[in-house]
Amino acid sequence: MKVLVPVKRVLDYNVKARVKSDKSGVDLSNVKMSMNPFDEIAVEEAVRLQEAGTATETIVVSIGPAKAQETIRTGLAMGMDRGVHVQTDDDLEPLAIAKMLKAVAEAEGADLIVMGKQAIDNDYGSTGGMLAALLDWPIGSAANSIAIDGGAITVVKEIDGGLQTVKLQMPALVTADLRLNEPRYASLPNIMKAKKKPIEAKTPADLGVDTAPRLKTLKVTEPAAREAGIKVEDAAQLVDKLKNEAGVI
Amino acid sequence: MAILVVAEHDNTSLKDATHKTVTAATKMGGDIDILVAGKGMKSVIAAAAKIDGVRAVIGVEHASLERQLAEAMETVVVGLMGNYDAVLAADTTTHKNYMPRVAAKLDVQQISSITGVESTDTFIRPIYAGNAMATVQSTDSKKVITVRTTAFAAAGESGSASTSDADSGIGALKSEFVGEELTKSDRPELTAAKTVISGGRGMGSGENFKLLEGIADKLGAAMGASRAAVDAGFVPNDWQVGQTGKSVAPQLYIAVGISGAIQHLAGMKDSKVIAAINKDEDAPIFQVADYGLVADLFKALPEFEAELEKAGV
Ligand SMILES: Cc1cc2nc3c(=O)[nH]c(=O)nc-3n(C[C@H](O)[C@H](O)[C@H](O)COP(=O)(O)OP(=O)(O)OC[C@H]3O[C@@H](n4cnc5c(N)ncnc54)[C@H](O)[C@@H]3O)c2cc1C
Ligand SMILES: Cc1cc2nc3c(=O)[nH]c(=O)nc-3n(C[C@H](O)[C@H](O)[C@H](O)COP(=O)(O)OP(=O)(O)OC[C@H]3O[C@@H](n4cnc5c(N)ncnc54)[C@H](O)[C@@H]3O)c2cc1C
Repeated sequence: MKVLVPVKRVLDYNVKARVKSDKSGVDLSNVKMSMNPFDEIAVEEAVRLQEAGTATETIVVSIGPAKAQETIRTGLAMGMDRGVHVQTDDDLEPLAIAKMLKAVAEAEGADLIVMGKQAIDNDYGSTGGMLAALLDWPIGSAANSIAIDGGAITVVKEIDGGLQTVKLQMPALVTADLRLNEPRYASLPNIMKAKKKPIEAKTPADLGVDTAPRLKTLKVTEPAAREAGIKVEDAAQLVDKLKNEAGVI
Repeated sequence: MAILVVAEHDNTSLKDATHKTVTAATKMGGDIDILVAGKGMKSVIAAAAKIDGVRAVIGVEHASLERQLAEAMETVVVGLMGNYDAVLAADTTTHKNYMPRVAAKLDVQQISSITGVESTDTFIRPIYAGNAMATVQSTDSKKVITVRTTAFAAAGESGSASTSDADSGIGALKSEFVGEELTKSDRPELTAAKTVISGGRGMGSGENFKLLEGIADKLGAAMGASRAAVDAGFVPNDWQVGQTGKSVAPQLYIAVGISGAIQHLAGMKDSKVIAAINKDEDAPIFQVADYGLVADLFKALPEFEAELEKAGV
């Protein structure tokens, strides 16, 4: 079974995004970038499937600028077999990303795609669903756990009311939620080993995908700021303020 | 302009998220129809027909729609989109599950979790955990939109829309529903509650969440949590508030033993009033709290409950 994991390079989750003064977007110059945390979880799951003997090959793919190679290397250092890098400097929308990932998945003959439920930068949370629909595959979104049995995969999903279990015929797509697993840190020897693992370079043109954007970003602004309030002395004063000043209890 | 709003329901009752999504649709202008896809959901159709500003309610029934499986919902919505210019649904897990599929099949870019409507094609949405707000204009001929319901008021219920049934068009599916483990609670729903009290890692254990229960009872509050508290197994996953959990905007949000990481703030900073109890006076939560109490929660919570009692709350 071949497992494909798409990963995205994003602003590190510890860094607070700053809006550019010309309102054209978020300032990404000289800030720490990392693999989208949900994608680390997806990589971890693929590596575990391989360690368990369920997966025979694991491929990590990223679409993005030259630096996206670093993100692919992170996946390789965690244990993925090889990488595919579709190089582009354009800001691509999930639809274009999903079309390119479809082309990669078909070329590779993937049986399972595990990816993040959302990227923490643009928060679209739509790439996985789009990719599944383009491939006509079933989807298990926001996975809390997965189990593969023959040609089917059982996915326990995190839903608003609790947990839901669905059974999908393979090939299938799963998006990872936070509690699917705890990703490992790559060890130094594995980081060294990863440097020798192959990364295939491609371009959007190779994949024959029209990547024209459908959305125009008119502006990006700061959200309304919240002012810090006051510190109260004790529980009695807190109740008094909430009742008599704010009127919310 | 004709807009389809997909109802949020559990086959018995229509959820408030639907009324809020209708409000977002109203801001775009045009005729609004509601799709109720489910099984045995007559009462939901009747309730949806009462929402103000709705032209018609379309019921589509099929076994696979009882749990609104992604592939099934895709088929139904795509099948109806020949008659509509836009489809809107709440950004709950139900709709997040299939709306991207609808967008891909229509070859349009979905616009996720909008918090504002500027015009028929221009919307505001938070990005980077709400640290930036993007105004985006869609050039697609059809719009596929999910709505951050906390940003819109609920539409009223004095309407009388027409109702009709439509065929599902659902064929063989590659997925099936196996089971569900729903968190049982008599408390209000987290995303709709007027008051929310949440606990974090500082609570120390699931057992200690009892300290919040008495207060939640008095305030009629829903209970929530930080990711750290969920990951530690203190409380169920559906309690998580934040960028990657639920967004809430109650009248009062009380954060207890929560540091205030950006990912948590993303899900609650639009609350009207925020109160925080934390023993660390430098905790970032105090930068957004209207009322901060620097104290050990194990001492402060029983006192808070007693003071509420005294104040007749
Ligand atoms: C209005 C707008 C502004 C943008 N601004 C920026 C910007 O400032 N900087 C910037 O870098 N990009 C920008 N982009 C491009 C964008 O970040 C994404 O590549 C694309 O929109 C995916 O959205 P998402 O990451 O929110 O998707 P989601 O659907 O939330 O991502 C889910 C999953 O899809 C997979 N995935 C997503 N993208 C990729 C990828 N490129 N390669 C491999 N797997 C992937 C991952 O597994 C990820 O976890 C912008 C796009 C739009 C529409
Ligand atoms: C991809 C990603 C997504 C995430 N999504 C979310 C999300 O949706 N929601 C979310 O909440 N987090 C999310 N996080 C996690 C987030 O970054 C923080 O780690 C998390 O919110 C911390 O939870 P906490 O405040 O309970 O714990 P901590 O940060 O450990 O804070 C505990 C607080 O309790 C206080 N405390 C301890 N003991 C006491 C006591 N006896 N009395 C009073 N106060 C006490 C401490 O002073 C401290 O401030 C996400 C992280 C990532 C990487």
